[in-house]
Amino acid sequence: MSEETKVVRPFSAAAFDQYISEHRLMAARCTKCGGMYVPPRAICPKCHSEELEWVETSGKGELAAFTVIWSGPTFMIEQGFDRKNPYISGIVELEEGARISARITGIDPTKPTEIKIGTPLTVDFVEFGEGEKKKTYLAFKA
Amino acid sequence: MPTSKSLARGVAMVGAGMSRFGAFAEKNTRDLFVEAYKEMKKTVDKGLDPAVIEALYIGNFSSDQFEHQAHIAPLLTDAIGLTPRPATRVEDACASGGVALRQGVMMIASGMADVVLVGGAEKMTALNTAAVTEALATAADMPFEIPAGFTFPGFYAAMASAYMHQYGMKSEHLMNVAIKNHDNAALNPNAQFGVTIQKWMEGRVAAAVKKGKPAPTWSTIWDFLHDESGNPTVAWPLRLFDCSPVTDGAAAILLVAEERAHEFTDHPIHIIGSGQASDSALHDRPELTTIPAAKIASSRAYEMAGVTAKDIRIAEVHDCFTIAEVIASEDLGFFAPGEGFKAAEDGMTARNGAKPINTSGGLKAKGHPVGASGVAQAIEVWKQMRGQAEARQVEGDVSLALTHNVGATGSTCVVHVYERRN
Repeated sequence: MSEETKVVRPFSAAAFDQYISEHRLMAARCTKCGGMYVPPRAICPKCHSEELEWVETSGKGELAAFTVIWSGPTFMIEQGFDRKNPYISGIVELEEGARISARITGIDPTKPTEIKIGTPLTVDFVEFGEGEKKKTYLAFKA
Repeated sequence: MPTSKSLARGVAMVGAGMSRFGAFAEKNTRDLFVEAYKEMKKTVDKGLDPAVIEALYIGNFSSDQFEHQAHIAPLLTDAIGLTPRPATRVEDACASGGVALRQGVMMIASGMADVVLVGGAEKMTALNTAAVTEALATAADMPFEIPAGFTFPGFYAAMASAYMHQYGMKSEHLMNVAIKNHDNAALNPNAQFGVTIQKWMEGRVAAAVKKGKPAPTWSTIWDFLHDESGNPTVAWPLRLFDCSPVTDGAAAILLVAEERAHEFTDHPIHIIGSGQASDSALHDRPELTTIPAAKIASSRAYEMAGVTAKDIRIAEVHDCFTIAEVIASEDLGFFAPGEGFKAAEDGMTARNGAKPINTSGGLKAKGHPVGASGVAQAIEVWKQMRGQAEARQVEGDVSLALTHNVGATGSTCVVHVYERRN
């Protein structure tokens, strides 16, 4: 069996986004203390080690906090969200323990009092735009 | 983590002044700062010869984005005729002013200067709301928080959702904080929205009648605060009246070495504690119902000052959103976790309550010119401690006070403790 030369991507925002565009939610794991970090880090905040490795997350998590946004930034307005069409931004606790900010889909944003902290979620990737302008956004769906 | 050290020598506040906070189309950052500086000079009891000022620290979040003007510190120094003194702009988002104050304290305590001017200034209203919102968003973790669609109201709203889930608070409880802060601001001539919610509501009704429109049917402020047309939801559960406004304003305070305070006043306010901490993005925190950097910064400030939360008579805290004040009151040790919203409901944080918070009107009603807010908090403390807060003066001795200034969702927090001795 031939050895593949593995190029390890740096633990950077650019690499994280590249993985997202490939529909993979990747974490950085500290090889010394096991700390799991999403988004990725180059240096472990717990033990200060610089020896981290990429691991793929299961994509499963639960809702830790959320809001329904009725007045969003330009790039969300461009995707069709406004006062008649609000969206949910949330913080998701992954099965692996790390937490991440993401769009929340599959839940009715017009009934916020019915949205439950702890709702099980699965990673989703929302694409918008064409060609060079295409961007993939991290989301979690109920 | 190392614990806080102590100040090598004492630092005193001997002058404190601010511009009016509001929307001033014809004033830029420079104009606002000149106004604040002039007001500060009037408050130095024995007069001030500006030549004695040795250095300046200026809190400013983003004149770059708001006015397309970077490198603001020497410009403001020049505007008040004080070049060639060293001038430094301090940026830590909404904590810029408080962190500028800390730099001034450290410069004097270290012996490098005897007299330092600390300022804060922000001109925000030249941009439209969408542009201001996007400029403010740059205080967050751009690549990892903003693509989720979060805005600043959104971050704090998410904290509120976690707090409501954990402690059973309802979104209505937050209205108590807004009502109180407007009641206080109505007595503050420098406040942007110096009007009670009652008066605001009445003004809305009168305006509708004047325009020949059907009069809104609100009979109490609770009707008004529950109505989407009076108090629209911005980021659930936060509504318009839960959010601090966009403001132009500046503030200036004069710090001197304690041993020289008598040259300026017989009633200085001593800064006896300072603490600051940093933190990662909101999603990295194990709990969302507290701001860890605030707990660390305040415990360091208390330790340096040799006091506890119980000893503090009044506090100016960072109410960028109503939920932030509730959380701050717990982080600072005034109330147990989960009790802050009840304390606000019970009137404990009102001017005549056991623990008055934000007698100035807070960021909500006084206004929040980002870089100036941390310095303006010290000005309210100065007035209350010297019995000069006029109609909003709290009763009795105010010998110990605290200011709490936060950057973004708490990735920076800076706390100072003040003492009046005579």
